Amino acid sequence: MREPVLSVEHLTMHYSTRKGDVHAVDDVSFELHPGEVLGVVGESGSGKSSVAFTLMRLLPENAHIKGGHVWMNGVDLLTLPEDEMRRYRWKRIAMIFQAAMNTLNPVYKVGDQIIEAMETHGVAYGEAARKRVAELFEMVGLDPALMDRYPHEYSGGMRQRAIIAMALSCDPDVLIADEPTTALDVIVQHRILKNLLQLQKRLDMAMIYITHDIAVVAEVSTRIAVMYAGRLVEIGSTEDIFLRPKHRYTEALLQAFPSIHGEKKTLLTIPGELPNLLNPPRGCRFHPRCAFATEICKEREPEYRTFNPGHLAACWHPVGEENA
Amino acid sequence: MSFQPLVKVEGLKKYFPVSKGLFRKTHDYIHAVDDVSFSIQPRESLGLVGESGCGKTTTGKLLVRLLTPTAGRIFFRMEEEEAREEGVRLEDGYVDVATLKGRALKNFRRHVQMIFQDPYESMNPRLTIYDIVAEPMAVQGIGSVMEREQRVAEMLQHVGLTPPESFMFRYPHELSGGQRQRVAIARALIINPTFVIADEPTSMLDVSVRTGVMQLMQDLADRFGISYLYITHDLAVARYMCDKIAVMYLGKIVEMAETEELLHHPLHPYTKALLSAVPIPDPTYKREVIEIRGSVSTPINPPSYCRFYNRCPVAKEGLCNVQEHPPLEDKGGGHYVACHLV
Ligand SMILES: Nc1ncnc2c1ncn2[C@@H]1O[C@H](COP(=O)(O)OP(=O)(O)OP(=O)(O)O)[C@@H](O)[C@H]1O
Ligand SMILES: Nc1ncnc2c1ncn2[C@@H]1O[C@H](COP(=O)(O)OP(=O)(O)OP(=O)(O)O)[C@@H](O)[C@H]1O
Ligand code: SF4
Ligand code: SF4
Ligand SMILES: [Mg+2]
Ligand SMILES: [Mg+2]
Repeated sequence: MREPVLSVEHLTMHYSTRKGDVHAVDDVSFELHPGEVLGVVGESGSGKSSVAFTLMRLLPENAHIKGGHVWMNGVDLLTLPEDEMRRYRWKRIAMIFQAAMNTLNPVYKVGDQIIEAMETHGVAYGEAARKRVAELFEMVGLDPALMDRYPHEYSGGMRQRAIIAMALSCDPDVLIADEPTTALDVIVQHRILKNLLQLQKRLDMAMIYITHDIAVVAEVSTRIAVMYAGRLVEIGSTEDIFLRPKHRYTEALLQAFPSIHGEKKTLLTIPGELPNLLNPPRGCRFHPRCAFATEICKEREPEYRTFNPGHLAACWHPVGEENA
Repeated sequence: MSFQPLVKVEGLKKYFPVSKGLFRKTHDYIHAVDDVSFSIQPRESLGLVGESGCGKTTTGKLLVRLLTPTAGRIFFRMEEEEAREEGVRLEDGYVDVATLKGRALKNFRRHVQMIFQDPYESMNPRLTIYDIVAEPMAVQGIGSVMEREQRVAEMLQHVGLTPPESFMFRYPHELSGGQRQRVAIARALIINPTFVIADEPTSMLDVSVRTGVMQLMQDLADRFGISYLYITHDLAVARYMCDKIAVMYLGKIVEMAETEELLHHPLHPYTKALLSAVPIPDPTYKREVIEIRGSVSTPINPPSYCRFYNRCPVAKEGLCNVQEHPPLEDKGGGHYVACHLV
């Protein structure tokens, strides 16, 4: 296999609040290879965006990196001084923000904002930049005439598409897409994902695709990472995760997905309270909600086991080993 | 069963002028909502789906009077007694939402709440989660401080922000995307409104949390008789939340039917394409997506013939581009479609 473009080792990041530390990211490790799409799924609040913001080094003041490394071409991004990091951000590693609608400046025309980003990073200037933005607009299904309009004249999904165009404008090596299509209908979503994957293959770009939608992740990812309460609990090829899930949370997540086909079934949820990250459960963080939990799950944090090359899960009683 | 509808929308239109530089007069208009009519029964939930940019949010904002319609009327049913107390004039048991002002408008907002698509848009970044969720109670002067605190904690618990104390005194930017969405839901439901316009309320929630929130919304609907206009891109969500679904395309409703009927027997070519594009959570399955031509169109001064003509896979030249945009007609059993070929 080729050298990874990005290698995350034992990343730990906490937020301090009046009530204590939020353990948003705890000991997360994974590698990202050129040309691959790593899907990241997990419960709301499990730390997906926090991982992304840490990789970009765009953290609020109350965030504290407690440990770990983020290697990119032999450089640890976490130790880079801010002025050097600025040369990596957007050009080498770019991000489509989850709060897309909040990232556009309301007083400037949308097209001008993207052109400015390109000029700042020396990617293209003037007319050439304008032409590039028009192409990107076409690609995300926006009429290039919209370049000269303001953010408030866009619908929610139109703004989201403009942000996708912006993140792509500097041809990054690594693109982090955080819930990039939540405001799009399935037809537009389908078209954008198709175009995005084409571009990603052509440029040999690596992508981290964060989403709550496991149907989308099944379509776009080559590998999938599953997060629960700040921990990465399982990672493997898309087939491994969907067809041979090992962690009990992954299994529950897959079973809860509703469909528009076939008979209308009762919706399943994962019972119990969402974990409190100020004081995460001991042992396996999923144990208070897990139907398979035993004493050891409450006491000791499960270690990663390899089930298939590249398929790792941290569970004491993995699927298929009911009597173990 | 035929009740009196809770909400009646008739011929609703919203045109936005297109900005075109400082010195040119605008003659172009975006037909964001163009002659939309529907009604919602008490306790009924109507799903509104459709292409990004087709006018769903604009429709919602018109209904809560955050935007003023270009034309058309919106009627909201009220009890005589209530109306008298609140100083609202009734016409056959309905208030005309467009005429509300001042105190009457404020009172109207006690009954009608909107959950915004972008939770940032509706949240003051300087307020704590507690203040944000309690705000509708404060504005309407409901409950003592103690009661409000208890009620906020209860709502946060319901939407899975547990334990509530660890969230109450944080600011919106200190929450994850899905947590902010749940704050918006808690806030809208805290005063037991009778009508809620929910604009993509669960688009960032994973299946399990989302199911919990959907169940909460349904429980409250059953207990307090809430009606919803539920805007969503997620047809599986619409399937569970909505009694009926209306499909919009470029400012117009093109199909409307009972939920299961619409999902299993779609009639309009756009609805068919939309349903075929729903992704399936199975990496080994390759589905057939009906490709529709062209890119997303903008409704600037649209032609008078069918809005879907230039992208419709089954359009008939000489018919669809000659006749007026087809009217929304009942094709039997309350299944409404706007297409010449159905
Ligand atoms: N600035 C902050 N201060 C304190 N806590 C924070 C801050 N930002 C996020 N958190 C908390 O950290 C945890 C992880 O948040 P994150 O945004 O990474 O979740 P997520 O997995 O992206 O969730 P979602 O799917 O809902 O977007 C959450 O419990 C959240 O409340
Ligand atoms: N304030 C405004 N000024 C000008 N045009 C506007 C304004 N608000 C909305 N529009 C336009 O009206 C149309 C409908 O927008 P709306 O926000 O209602 O779409 P939507 O169906 O909610 O889309 P999405 O699913 O992407 O949120 C779009 O073409 C949009 O550009
Ligand atoms: S380690 Fe135990 S509690 Fe955790 S998922 Fe596995 S079986 Fe459940
Ligand atoms: S009226 Fe014609 S163009 Fe319009 S949807 Fe029907 S078949 Fe297509
Ligand atoms: Mg997030
Ligand atoms: Mg919208």
